[in-house]
Amino acid sequence: MPTSTDTVARHTSFDVEAVRALFPTLQRSVHGDKPLVYLDNAATSQKPTAVIDRVRKYYAEDNSNVHRGVHRLSQIATDAYEGARERIAAFINAAHSHEIIYTRGTTEGINLVAFTLGQSGLDGDADIIISEMEHHSNIVPWQMLCERTGANLRVIPVDDRGELRYDAYREMLSDRTALVAIGHISNSLGTINPVREMIRDAHAAGALVLIDGAQSTQHMRVDVQELDCDFFAFSGHKMFGPTGIGVLYGKESILNDLPPFQGGGDMIDHVSFDGTTYDSLPHKFEAGTPHIAGAVGLAEAVAFIESLDMEAVAAHESDLLAYATEQLRAIDGLRIVGEASEKASVISFLIGETHPYDVGTLLDQMGIAVRTGHHCTEPLMDRYGIPGTVRASFALYNTREDVDRLVDALQRIQPMLA
Amino acid sequence: MSNTSIQERERQVVDEFMLFDDWMGKYEYLIELGKDLPLIEEKYKTDDYRIRGCQSKVWLRPDRQNGRVVYRADSDAMITKGLIALLIRVLSDQPAEAVAEADVQFLEEIGLNEHLSSTRKNGLKSMVQQMKAYAKALANGAEA
Repeated sequence: MPTSTDTVARHTSFDVEAVRALFPTLQRSVHGDKPLVYLDNAATSQKPTAVIDRVRKYYAEDNSNVHRGVHRLSQIATDAYEGARERIAAFINAAHSHEIIYTRGTTEGINLVAFTLGQSGLDGDADIIISEMEHHSNIVPWQMLCERTGANLRVIPVDDRGELRYDAYREMLSDRTALVAIGHISNSLGTINPVREMIRDAHAAGALVLIDGAQSTQHMRVDVQELDCDFFAFSGHKMFGPTGIGVLYGKESILNDLPPFQGGGDMIDHVSFDGTTYDSLPHKFEAGTPHIAGAVGLAEAVAFIESLDMEAVAAHESDLLAYATEQLRAIDGLRIVGEASEKASVISFLIGETHPYDVGTLLDQMGIAVRTGHHCTEPLMDRYGIPGTVRASFALYNTREDVDRLVDALQRIQPMLA
Repeated sequence: MSNTSIQERERQVVDEFMLFDDWMGKYEYLIELGKDLPLIEEKYKTDDYRIRGCQSKVWLRPDRQNGRVVYRADSDAMITKGLIALLIRVLSDQPAEAVAEADVQFLEEIGLNEHLSSTRKNGLKSMVQQMKAYAKALANGAEA
């Protein structure tokens, strides 16, 4: 009987050049003849040919609306769409594929939980705990929930190194805590938060936990049962999949207790003017024609990740992080913002008094794509008293040569901005 | 022809930028120009004089001298300072009516539009609009 390792061409080690060759965008130049160095992966990742081809194949050959179609194409599309759900469920080790709710992305997943929790009788005295390093997507939906229900938003502070103040978190937890919503990895600082401990402690206090996994699924293996999180939200486009598709994982029993999010086609059991009943999971949360091409493209991105030796990938990314940190630190006046002991390959920095926009604009002229600004984490920038940072975020297809080009470019522009 | 002198200055700026064959050179020059920007007084660096729509902070204040409109400005980003220095070089110390009616084209001729991010382009548009709005107000005030 064939095993999964027989059917997937599994790389036993990691050949970065072979992987780079799978990504067409990485072969291009910008501003004329400057070969692209793409270091904006925390914003979005590039797509391998397999994902691009899969989306194209869906539209070229299999396009049809899913569910309840009696014709052949509808069956093919439905099989692909639901097959993708199973593949994604296995990817994060969900207990059931109906715990995988398709969304537009992490933001919609968090909004789904915040909205439906508010509709299910959240106590006006309840506390929602987030942290100071959250992305706006994991702040604003909770602020809106608190406005609607009277619940209180509690914020775990961050220390100078960019780590959560765990002592403050422990003190915040109480029997009033309804939910803890925390980023797995900070998009601005790269900090990997101790989510497993946080989940354990939250559960001990009787609270639910949502993990914002937008920055983690592309870097590490995620096992939602092992983490024991109640919700886990992530985006396809940050893990080599299409934009506009994401996933909200939720534990079956909790999702069953929540009311629907949006009403419409595909989420109903029976509609009449005397009263409408809703479909079961996962369809209850998926109103309207879904992003079918996105879902099959995301499953292809999962297949790409699963074809790699993720331990070797992690070693490669950790080498990139260490090398980039060392090389950047050697630049006169450069200050790294976020020096947590557990970090993903994300480096935020500032050079002397120079404005991040100036640095980013000049890097762009040399073909180097970084992100500048507050990275949708304004409270975190306020905490450090800075307007923003320059952020270089690495993916598995980046190389030490990319780091060298970044460092050379920074050395060239530094006197210009002095 | 009150517009002539704005156009002449635009021509000058375009010619200067043509001298550089690569964009790093153009940016270097832009940053140098920003260092000579006629600076707004610190006390005017308030929300009243802040230009909305720029991601970096920009303050701009008009003044009237001998019937002409004169601008002073500042920004916390050097490239932004350079951009506003270019605008001031072309539009400052001109009759208010001429500034209010000016059709600023030189930034496109330099090709800067292509090399600026969309947020910076929007910021630049806000700066031009604000300079013209100030000029218009001064021009109307002068007639009254």
